[in-house]
Amino acid sequence: MTTLVPKLRVEDLCAWYGERQILDRISFDVPAQRITAIIGPSGCGKSTFIRCINRMHELVSDARVQGQVQLDGEDVYDRHVALEQLRRRIGMVFQKANPFPMSIRDNVLAGLRLTAESPVRDDEAVEPALRSVALWDEVRDRLNHRAETLSVGQQQRLCIARALALQPEVLLMDEPCGSLDPIATARVEDLLGDLRERFTIVLVTHNMQQAARVSDRTGFFLGGQLVEFDDTDVIFTQPGDRRTEDYITGKFG
Amino acid sequence: MSDSGTTPAGPGHTDRAFEQELHTVRGALLRMAGHVEHMIGRAGQALVQRDGALARDVIEEDQEVNRAEVEIDELCLRILAKRQPMASDLRFVTLAMKMVTDLERIADLAVNICERAVDLVDSKVVVHAEIPAMCSAVENMVHQAIEAFVNRDVAKARAVIDGDDVVDDYYHRIFEDLLGRMHAEPAQLHQWIHVQSVAKWLERMGDHSTNLAELVIFMVEGRDVRHPRLHGGKPPS
Repeated sequence: MTTLVPKLRVEDLCAWYGERQILDRISFDVPAQRITAIIGPSGCGKSTFIRCINRMHELVSDARVQGQVQLDGEDVYDRHVALEQLRRRIGMVFQKANPFPMSIRDNVLAGLRLTAESPVRDDEAVEPALRSVALWDEVRDRLNHRAETLSVGQQQRLCIARALALQPEVLLMDEPCGSLDPIATARVEDLLGDLRERFTIVLVTHNMQQAARVSDRTGFFLGGQLVEFDDTDVIFTQPGDRRTEDYITGKFG
Repeated sequence: MSDSGTTPAGPGHTDRAFEQELHTVRGALLRMAGHVEHMIGRAGQALVQRDGALARDVIEEDQEVNRAEVEIDELCLRILAKRQPMASDLRFVTLAMKMVTDLERIADLAVNICERAVDLVDSKVVVHAEIPAMCSAVENMVHQAIEAFVNRDVAKARAVIDGDDVVDDYYHRIFEDLLGRMHAEPAQLHQWIHVQSVAKWLERMGDHSTNLAELVIFMVEGRDVRHPRLHGGKPPS
């Protein structure tokens, strides 16, 4: 595996919901300005894993975390970490497009208005964010229309724009194409290719072909453990672990 | 256990239709290889025994090989399009597409030999004494390469690759000997060139068998053993 500068360093990360352990001693480095895909069957802990990175896991009442997640060498679980700042640095996009019930413009600005220390100038934020997700030309004439009037694929790109408006360093994406048709999926995948140069992206996906197409590194999770983590080219052509091989070739006996 | 030839143990594919498609490719490949082996042996026999009818039978059998090549290519393309295979499945499918090319080329070379056998039916020229042995060596290489494929046997595949040296030695000896005869009996030059061509085609069959063995190693180990110099290894002697 080629050596890359780590943006995130995960060490012995464990997570629980009540008594049920979801993650078991996960350790690996997420390289900066690359796309890292997390694959694995349902219930393997991949969504919990990315929710631990921006400390969303602890929002559930009986959830618990142990171990370390370092962002640029600093533990995100340190008691001095301001959650608002952390989640500004680590943005998140979910499976189902979840635009707020407001205009397209206000959706892009929503996160900024909540976290900005000084008044936000719309023009400086809206256009670049929408251009980043290749949505500007499609919506420039209807920025005041409600976001729900957009197609589902456009709504998902709007949600990505909303996350990008905060200028995060890391973007966590949980099945971002899970509810999109193939054309909208292709647009988001194309977008990921552009975003890779500016952000560190962690992509959770059920779609192995998508992981193979867009990611640089891939981790295979099974039963809450990281079975294998390697260059994506290696994982999908010659994985080192039999369990990875069986999963990606569709043998779940 | 997977019956596709892609894995030695463990569960089969959860999608049984996919498992069946891989099984079909494997079966078609084995049948094609069987035809090719059969053609090599009978081509040598037709040449040595001056049996024009047998040579024409072998030429006819080539149609079966050509049909199998098209069938296997279509099956593999369909699998690539529909299933987007990964890892060992991907290696198996791409390997099958390459194997059919080498097998088809071997069959074409057997046809070339048979065409010469037909030309030489009424000739007085004596086919070189080592041609039958060379023919057996090549037939054996194809047979062993296919066995290595069936059993995922890397050691056997390596033996096939080593065996190519034996076939090359046959070729060099036969070539030198024929060169002497061409000088001694220039009137028979035309026929000696035919015999030399036969030796050359057998030598080429050995090379294609080596390709088959290298593909088997790639399928099992995921390691490309072709062209060692590209990977910093020593050039072949």
